[in-house]
Amino acid sequence: MPVMSYIQAVNTALKEEMQRDEKVFILGEDVGRKGGVFKATEGLFEEFGDQRVMDTPLAESAIAGVGIGAAMYGMRPVAEMQFADFIMPAVNQIISEAAKIRYRSNNDWDCPITIRAPYGGGVHGALYHSQSVEAIFANQPGLKIVMPSTPYDVKGLLKAAIRDNDPVLFFEHKRAYRLLKGEVPDEDYVLPIGKADVKREGTDITVITYGLCVHFALQAAEKLAEEGIDVHILDLRTVYPLDKEAIIEAAKKTGKVLLVTEDTKEGSVLSEVAAIISEHCLFDLDAPIQRLAGPDIPAMPFAPTMEKFFMVNPDKVEKAMRELAEF
Amino acid sequence: MAIEKITMPQLGESVTEGTINTWLVKPGDHVNKYDPIAEVMTDKVNAEVPSSFTGTITELIADEGDTLAVGDLMCNIKVEENEAKETNPVKPAQNDATQAPPKEQADTSMKNRYSPAVLRLAQENDIDLNDVTGTGKGGRITRKDIEKILQEGKQTKAKTEAAPVKQKDVATAQQEKPSESAVKTLTGDIEIPVTGVRKAIAQNMVRSKSEIPHAWMTVEADVTDLVAYRDKLKNDFKQKEGFNLTYFAFFVKAVAQALKKYPQLNSMWAGDKIIQKKEINISIAVANENELFVPVIKHADDKSIKGIAKEIHALADKARNGKLTADDMQGGTFTVNNTGSFGSIHSMGVINSPQAAILQVESIVKRPMIINNMFAARDMVNLSLSLDHRILDGLICGRFLQYVKELLETTNESSTNIY
Repeated sequence: MPVMSYIQAVNTALKEEMQRDEKVFILGEDVGRKGGVFKATEGLFEEFGDQRVMDTPLAESAIAGVGIGAAMYGMRPVAEMQFADFIMPAVNQIISEAAKIRYRSNNDWDCPITIRAPYGGGVHGALYHSQSVEAIFANQPGLKIVMPSTPYDVKGLLKAAIRDNDPVLFFEHKRAYRLLKGEVPDEDYVLPIGKADVKREGTDITVITYGLCVHFALQAAEKLAEEGIDVHILDLRTVYPLDKEAIIEAAKKTGKVLLVTEDTKEGSVLSEVAAIISEHCLFDLDAPIQRLAGPDIPAMPFAPTMEKFFMVNPDKVEKAMRELAEF
Repeated sequence: MAIEKITMPQLGESVTEGTINTWLVKPGDHVNKYDPIAEVMTDKVNAEVPSSFTGTITELIADEGDTLAVGDLMCNIKVEENEAKETNPVKPAQNDATQAPPKEQADTSMKNRYSPAVLRLAQENDIDLNDVTGTGKGGRITRKDIEKILQEGKQTKAKTEAAPVKQKDVATAQQEKPSESAVKTLTGDIEIPVTGVRKAIAQNMVRSKSEIPHAWMTVEADVTDLVAYRDKLKNDFKQKEGFNLTYFAFFVKAVAQALKKYPQLNSMWAGDKIIQKKEINISIAVANENELFVPVIKHADDKSIKGIAKEIHALADKARNGKLTADDMQGGTFTVNNTGSFGSIHSMGVINSPQAAILQVESIVKRPMIINNMFAARDMVNLSLSLDHRILDGLICGRFLQYVKELLETTNESSTNIY
């Protein structure tokens, strides 16, 4: 099985889907001849031409709006936001139109668009290149939000997103692009959207997280295993709608739950996870539900020391895990 | 060899200094790690200061009576080179096993903080959390601690069937504990240990009152004729039979007859079912100075008033002399309690579990009553019934009491034969 990076898995999934279905096309800033600022669409312009890999003006509302219109007419657009931070001008299109059209038209119309966006910090990107924006969309029924943590999941879930008949936001952690490598099968496969995945079995504490933080948790868990602390890790993979069943099962398994996100703490996706656990698992809980998250500060600071302070990292996860295990 | 310093430890939150009461060691003494070296008094606690090292005391820096701030030097100790630098926990652990570490060091502040999971598991499996040692922070009992006990328990449970019974005792004992500890003994108070019959009474009453939903009902019976009849007979009877013809025998007889007619009251609560007993065995309460027994008049419905009187006499005699056997106390299906003998005119009995009801026969009192619009001096008695409302309702009990009343009010020379 070939080993590829996170971003190679993105590129492979896009290429295979474009080969499979000619209705699939890409639009975004610098996605064409340049192949994207992160090289996610590298080689696609050359292979599929300017009609299927379209460079757009610097207008996110238009990227989303054009994509939504094309999707409603039967195409399967993959729109790229250069950074998730820049999705804000497109929020009205995404929430008011894409998320609602199936419901509003009584099933006459649908909107099978995929919107990809790199998110997350730890790359000295400062304010406009580091944010996590999933919480903004995570209470909009009609939308799906996928945030994979491994190259294998990227390929299977991006294909599933493109084939899904409803709008899917696909957030890729930009630091994971070249940091994470993993085995990815050559063959065509899809992974179910809406299903969480156990990344590590354990009996002492349960960690529920997603995205790059899954790796921080896995690294910390390896260290704690040497001390005899056995960590169970659930990767949400889809943060909206949440896989309630898997969350409840994982929480009940150990009764001690740590939730980890890079997003700011209050009102994050994990706040909802905590609510689900407290609704369903009270009599299995052995400790207060713990959250490790970014501080409630307007944006990722630029100064390296301050960025480190803001970001979740393996040391912080390890400390939180140990405290919970010892409780 | 190295000289190490032992300093005044922090003997509690917000404690900043301590006064050395007594030195327990002198220069040249060999001490083991954790051995007490001095008694120290603070404004919060009096405590022994344990040695932080194993070695020989070389010099006492502070004198008895000195007050030292936390961290101030108390004494010097000569330690083996490797001991002094030792940070690995293996050796102290060995020490722990042979000599218990000082109590101040074990933090048990979280011992009684139970998580929902721990409480649920303990309740579902009848585990007394007081007996569990917690491995969590501050001695907290974790879900894993309970799960471990359950796993170990499962292996042994299969072998010993007696285990569940024991656990139940523990459960009731636990219920009583909080009230015990909440009461303080002051000087001059007498502590009476709760043992034997007293303990059994306590446990039965707690179970009865906490399990059974009690309801109460009292009727008043005119026993003027009964009193006259009994008064007429009693001297002769005593001479002939050698024991007293008590009122109580008449009451027990009437109750036995009424139970025959209303067998619902002659029932037992058995969890998922109610068992209506065929035999009518009447428990009677007999007390001596300190204890209460409930021996049983078996097949009371088969016996004459004389027979019942004889049996009451025999059982009371045995109770007073401590000669009641287990057999005398078994098989009761209904209790009649002679509260009238203490002069009581109204009371609410606690049901003798698992029976369905208890009847208190109160004192017979002469009272002015109105009969045919005229005052009359009548012998009146209150009959107070406590019923298990799971088994019985007011209607059936009312009828039962009416019938007992009717039987008693029609007891007289012409209608009733005591033999």
